[in-house]
Amino acid sequence: MAIGKQEVLAWLEALACVYAENRQYLTDLDAAIGDADHGSNMDRGFAAVRAELAAREPADIRKTLETTAAILIRTVGGAAGPLYGTFFLRAGAAADGKAELRAADVVALFEAGILGVQQRGKAAPGEKTMVDALLPALAAMRDALAAGGGLTAVLEQGAAAAEAGMRATIPMQARKGRASYLGPRSVGHQDPGATSSFLLLRAVVDTWRA
Amino acid sequence: MKKLLNDPAQVVRESLAGLALAHADLLTVSFDPAYVVRTDAPVRGKVAVVSGGGSGHEPMHCGFVGKGMLDAACPGQVFTSPTPDQIEAATRAVDGGAGVLHIVKNYTGDILNFEMAADLCQAQGIEVRAAVINDDVAVQDSLYTAGRRGVGATVLAEKICGAAAARGYDLARLEALCRQVNENARSMGMALTSCTVPAAGKPTFELGEEEIEMGIGIHGEPGRERVPLLAAREIAVRMAETILADLPFRSGDRVIALVNGMGGTPLLELYLVYGELEKILHAKGIAVARRLVGNYITSLEMAGCSFTLLRTGDELLSLWDDPVLTPGLRWGL
Repeated sequence: MAIGKQEVLAWLEALACVYAENRQYLTDLDAAIGDADHGSNMDRGFAAVRAELAAREPADIRKTLETTAAILIRTVGGAAGPLYGTFFLRAGAAADGKAELRAADVVALFEAGILGVQQRGKAAPGEKTMVDALLPALAAMRDALAAGGGLTAVLEQGAAAAEAGMRATIPMQARKGRASYLGPRSVGHQDPGATSSFLLLRAVVDTWRA
Repeated sequence: MKKLLNDPAQVVRESLAGLALAHADLLTVSFDPAYVVRTDAPVRGKVAVVSGGGSGHEPMHCGFVGKGMLDAACPGQVFTSPTPDQIEAATRAVDGGAGVLHIVKNYTGDILNFEMAADLCQAQGIEVRAAVINDDVAVQDSLYTAGRRGVGATVLAEKICGAAAARGYDLARLEALCRQVNENARSMGMALTSCTVPAAGKPTFELGEEEIEMGIGIHGEPGRERVPLLAAREIAVRMAETILADLPFRSGDRVIALVNGMGGTPLLELYLVYGELEKILHAKGIAVARRLVGNYITSLEMAGCSFTLLRTGDELLSLWDDPVLTPGLRWGL
């Protein structure tokens, strides 16, 4: 199966539902080590994305992802706004000129987005951030592709690695973002940013699985 | 949750609408994107001073817009940094051709959003410099954290830089001045109670009836340690000593002292605490040249207070004394 604009729109639509459903969950995780707003911020941002895409459907995949970025940068706030905004902006650029995405294109799209997040936030692995879910997911997607896997295998292995990466943030001590102020008290809590990143990847699998 | 609300999702917008009506002589509020500017902006030939941050800290920042302080403020959602489109629009609205200083508190979200906005403004030919405030001694600055948080020194930096801009300092000199204020200021806070973010609907953290949080952040982020309730005298000693040792402040120094309420503590108690602080400083040979006691950088309805001390010389004192006319701070006019 190849991914066209409609599949991309379906993923973004699914994300609006996912973040609405997980609003309280993400906010509770954030209350433990941050400032208790991650759930409401993500929900507000993706609800605005859904409304914009429904009102004015963009011409192609790149425009769809770039519109998503612009809305997130405008509506999410916090660190998550510029970080997820950068993700979709870079992902959009990687989809330039493509009407359909095959497995290798999907990996390239996530690669651009994930490396963009790392660049903007300047986080390294192990610092209890989004990249602890995203970088393992990227590595798993590349491996699955190199092993000859199709789109479903690439996505499933990516999401599985993101989930493991998310859980691996629990024993970590935060070294970036607000949670870092807690020092050792940040240990024992799952990172809300890594969690929203896992949810983003799980929604891809759920919508694009062949 | 018991608060004066219509709809938790609209709290910032509706509060800004009220601010606009209450202070129409001093400031103008724009929506979509939301920002607040002084009524006579842009002031030709003057460097503009812009700040912003999450809402819930009122009067900071919107209440410091007016003459002699901020040209513009960008209010984010409660405890959430403003977005780049707000900051860009505010910066454009107040640029008088002499450049714009962004005063940014050191939080990951604020830094990222102001950086993105500065990129956008510079692409349009507006000269922007950013100065970061990170004065909270409760957080150890190290490679292993996002660095110290920006708290009470922000209020002092906004007042002093606003005065300097009004006097005609250029952008480079103003940026250096802001860094000087930050480098000579230290703060620490404590909480008696938690606070409730309207959209969350329940307290950000739990604090027992007999417990206090020393080193609290202005968003209810936990601090250094949780200890049993102490006498005000003891609390003042612990906070003052941590602050004094950090810079360090020395006998013979002159300071501007801010005793700030977190939002839910009455002035009755803040003045009591101020009295304790001045006694401690006096005993150490530190002269309080100016003082400010009240609610200036709050954390919704949290009870508690923070101390900020700024080591000052004649230039900073003179700028501090310059006239200011804003909703939250006014003198000399």
